[in-house]
Amino acid sequence: MSVVIPYVDKPHPVTGVTNAKLGVWLFLASEVMLFGALFSALITLRLGVNDWPHGYDRLNVPLATLNTVVLIFSSVTVVMSWAALKMNNLKQFKTYMSLTLLMSVIFLVVKAIEYNSKFSHVPPITPATSNFYAIYFVITGLHGLHIIGGIIVNAYLLGPGSRMWKTEPERFTGRIECAGLYWHFVDLVWIFLFPILYLL
Amino acid sequence: MTQAEHSHAGHHEMPFWRKYIFSTDHKVIGLQYGITATFFLLFGFLLMILMRWQLAYPGVEIPLIGKALTETGALTPELYNALGAMHGTIMIFLGVVPMGVGAFGNYLVPLQVGAQDMAFPKLNMMSYWVYFVGGVVMMSSFLMPGGAAASGWTSYPPLSVTAPNAQSVWLLAMVFLITSSLLGSVNTIVTAIQLRAKGLSFMRWPIHVWAQVATAFLLLLAFPPLEGAAVLQLSDRVFGSSFFLPSGLYIDGAKSTAAGGGNPLLWQHLFWFLAHPEVYVLILPAVGVISEIISTFARKPLYGYKTMVYSIIFLGFMSFIVWAHHMFMTGMGVTLSSFFQATTMIISIPSVIILTTLLLTLWGASIRFTVPMLFSLAFLPMFAIGGLTGLPLGLTASDIHLHDTYYVIGHFHYVVAPGTLFALMAGVYFWYPKITGRYMNEFLGKVHFWVSFVAINCVFMPMFLMGSKGVSRRLYDQTGYSHGAATQSWNVVMSTAAFVLLLAQIPFLYNMFTSWKTGKKVENDNPWGATTLEWAASSPPPHENFPTPVEVYREPYSYSPSSRKVSPQFSQQEA
Repeated sequence: MSVVIPYVDKPHPVTGVTNAKLGVWLFLASEVMLFGALFSALITLRLGVNDWPHGYDRLNVPLATLNTVVLIFSSVTVVMSWAALKMNNLKQFKTYMSLTLLMSVIFLVVKAIEYNSKFSHVPPITPATSNFYAIYFVITGLHGLHIIGGIIVNAYLLGPGSRMWKTEPERFTGRIECAGLYWHFVDLVWIFLFPILYLL
Repeated sequence: MTQAEHSHAGHHEMPFWRKYIFSTDHKVIGLQYGITATFFLLFGFLLMILMRWQLAYPGVEIPLIGKALTETGALTPELYNALGAMHGTIMIFLGVVPMGVGAFGNYLVPLQVGAQDMAFPKLNMMSYWVYFVGGVVMMSSFLMPGGAAASGWTSYPPLSVTAPNAQSVWLLAMVFLITSSLLGSVNTIVTAIQLRAKGLSFMRWPIHVWAQVATAFLLLLAFPPLEGAAVLQLSDRVFGSSFFLPSGLYIDGAKSTAAGGGNPLLWQHLFWFLAHPEVYVLILPAVGVISEIISTFARKPLYGYKTMVYSIIFLGFMSFIVWAHHMFMTGMGVTLSSFFQATTMIISIPSVIILTTLLLTLWGASIRFTVPMLFSLAFLPMFAIGGLTGLPLGLTASDIHLHDTYYVIGHFHYVVAPGTLFALMAGVYFWYPKITGRYMNEFLGKVHFWVSFVAINCVFMPMFLMGSKGVSRRLYDQTGYSHGAATQSWNVVMSTAAFVLLLAQIPFLYNMFTSWKTGKKVENDNPWGATTLEWAASSPPPHENFPTPVEVYREPYSYSPSSRKVSPQFSQQEA
């Protein structure tokens, strides 16, 4: 007899969620604490000095605005991809998931342009320049790593991972939902990060 | 069918490396955690033995191995600092937490909720291996030029930012260890909540499950801020940022070239935001283990199961808002320190309630003095001493005098060493028959207990006296100070006792490894007459734990003291 784990595809009757969904929510709670700590650090550092610069003087607001739009759009498409699966339409799922991936890559390209303009500045702007840039690089960098993580997961689910649709459609839909929850969280971090870093 | 046959029949034939190395079986992973953590606990202990030699006999060559360590054979101040930092780090992050949470949590939580495995078996395997890599990285810091990380387990900046490269290795290892804890805690919570057997409502959970779930929440929510802080400190060290470097900092007489503007206290806040909940991460699994053992050998229901559950939840919640009592000496101001003094006094209440319910469980009981029970009974006064000596540290007026002295060391070691570690040892003796199908040797166990009990008190009790005299906790050689010289003779006593304590672990280890093959076989699957679900499984449990699903019929700890009968959770009939 082999090990059988219940509630992999069907929700638990008492908690109303699958194992994976509960797990993702817990994981996101810990992520909130991670970014919360970094935002708290930013506030502490900012309040600790007299001459903290305004984000709009130092950072590229138009590019960041573009990225905000791109990410919000990707959040919509990731929901659409999940909804497509709910309506039993794998083809539409693939279209929307591809769009999500496209948006994420555009985000990273824009981010790279932004970073590059800082590094190629004379003298180069790095974390050593000042704590404003240091916290900017750390928070956006960590956020960027989360985007990359999301791209890897979403690409897997779009490619080889989607084979699960044939055998366990319910479980696969659950996976897309979890990936979508994560992706919304990554968007949400940006929604906080954008005004706090760029606009204040 | 004998147990051995049964467990083999249940297995698909798997190659050795799948079965014992890269296993997804929570029981194998639990044992992997246990064995690795035992190694680290011993290693961390040995580091302390070296330090205790230096403290008892300052500047004297260490017998046998001294010449291999340094030129003179005695510890250098730098090496002493490194050993101190690594002792703390190894004991907490690589020893006690992986033992309490990794080993006990992994092995017991699925069994106690009647599950076949953890909810995410592959993730479980991954969390062990990430922990293992973190351990290897941490140990590799000993090989770095300039020696291992030496900024204390707290890694306070600016010293830690300007320290040699081993500190970066320390930070990197911490990121691994934190990641491992996060994966593990998600798994524990989901398993305990989702995979409960039929009939196992939340208020029927054994206290150990409650404790592990509360611990997992602490790890889940308190560790990420330290991960963030570690990233910031790495950035300071590697990319030259100044998160923790203030303006106008001088290093070795030269003005620092860093941009400055940072805040060293920021690190302390982020660090203690983890490290205070971490204290409860260390103690809660122990409380869980003790509750199981005390009610079993007292043959009585726990006095106040619900009180205990609510206390554990409240304790977990409060532990997030007491952290700055570690920082009273940073000039935080009266308003803030009043808040943290108040919360610190409040958090002592649930701790006392837990201890009291355990104590009252013993009232009118017919106690069986087995080895696990001896350790559990010793836990009660030891934890009480550890807890009560913490109160003066939580109030600023007395903390000013006691801060950073040996008193602090005595306080938290009473909680963790004769507290948590005794509880975990009790747990090893208690669940050994379940894990192996054999008892550990009773006589060796009693030798282990009595010698350890006496020795460990001789190690830590004098620390309160030394601390009250004002001896600072990080001194390499206290004889240079008059108040230190006056208490130096205690150091000889403490070091001798520490060495005896080390020797006392030999019968334990010998017992643990030899009983596996030669110990007395258990008569049945529930040899202690306990009530929780793990005792429904065979010993050792097969891969899928319960070949037929178990069902839960009642609360745990249904002992009837008058009729000396027991009704396990899994037996349909009332005894």
